[in-house]
Amino acid sequence: MATPNTPLWEVFIRSRNGLAHKHVGSLHASDATMALQAARDIYTRRGEGLSIWVVPSSAITASDPAEKAMMFEPAESKIYRHPTFYEVPEEVGHM
Amino acid sequence: MYTQALNTAETDDRGLEDAAKAAQFQARIDAEERIEPNDWMPAAYRKTLTRQISQHAHSEVVGMLPEGNWITRAPTLRRKAALLAKVQDECGHGLYLYAAAETLGSSREELVDAMLAGKAKYSSIFNYPTLTWADIGTIGWLVDGAAIMNQIPLCRCSYGPYARAMIRVCKEESFHQRQGYEIMLTLCRGSDEQKAMAQDSLNRWWWPVLMMFGPPDATSQHSDTSTKWKIKRFSNDELRQKFVDATVPQAQYLGLTIPDPGMKRDADGHWRYSEIDWAEFKQVLAGNGPCNRDRMAARRKAHEDGAWVREAAAAYAAKRAQRQTAQAAE
Repeated sequence: MATPNTPLWEVFIRSRNGLAHKHVGSLHASDATMALQAARDIYTRRGEGLSIWVVPSSAITASDPAEKAMMFEPAESKIYRHPTFYEVPEEVGHM
Repeated sequence: MYTQALNTAETDDRGLEDAAKAAQFQARIDAEERIEPNDWMPAAYRKTLTRQISQHAHSEVVGMLPEGNWITRAPTLRRKAALLAKVQDECGHGLYLYAAAETLGSSREELVDAMLAGKAKYSSIFNYPTLTWADIGTIGWLVDGAAIMNQIPLCRCSYGPYARAMIRVCKEESFHQRQGYEIMLTLCRGSDEQKAMAQDSLNRWWWPVLMMFGPPDATSQHSDTSTKWKIKRFSNDELRQKFVDATVPQAQYLGLTIPDPGMKRDADGHWRYSEIDWAEFKQVLAGNGPCNRDRMAARRKAHEDGAWVREAAAAYAAKRAQRQTAQAAE
């Protein structure tokens, strides 16, 4: 039997305490333990991280870029969600 | 550079595609927008990038071989640790690049198999042998120096995953070049024999390094579309000239002579080099360089020797998954 293709994992690294985990790239590994070890070797050779997450790429559901206009239109048109929409007299000072 | 085989003609299948989509795509490129994996792209853009990025990845991996040759014979523990770290970086660069290439739709296995079957190319430079320790210095200084010259503009390439991989690579590459120059500096400040070894190494590597930038602009068939798509920001000759201008003063500082009697500085400040032997370049690309067969044999052996590890890891993962399913069913 042919060896199946090795699954793909997405790698997220927290560079220091107080920051969120950030996507840094992907790698192939047959299971989660090996994925973590490979992520350590590939993405943190120079002290880039304090914590690593690995997630099977197949577990990610992504929005469709072709539908981005429809997807994000509601956020585009609501300018009253931004503080600069409201007028406050200069005399009132910083608010 | 690491993707020289791209300089061959390719079929043009853009005619079959939606002209409106293609125009929209070009408008995004012209506006300096980045293209991401799930975005619509012309088939030829996908094909060119898959070839370019995977060739770049193969070059990083094959590039470990000439340097790996000296790990056990490095002159001191300091040099050995640095060389090990550098070779490990090259492997990492290969892996970032394979991951970027895969986002275009080919599997890692397909990409690696194409290389092992001799269908995909890697850079001509790695088909030259590392005969002395000085060659490790020259590779870091010149081969990595040339690679940096080529890779810095690729950090602004229109394809997002490739550009991001290049940013990581460039950050790490700077250590490689400096460690190489330091080796050369130490040899040049050493005994007469050591200095002669450094000069001999420069003599052997200079011309092959200039060839890394690819054929002259007048004969390169691939540059037009790559430039239009903002994959390529500078021509082969522009990058080669930048490299020569940066390198000549570094060689002078070492007290080494560039093996080009015709080299002279023009009034505009640029160093003009003599005609490059493109027949040699073509021979090396065609598989007839000094080490082509050795490199391919070493890569195939490593792949075959690792087969049992891949099989065992896959079998173990399958067993664990089966157990989990069984437990969940209880």
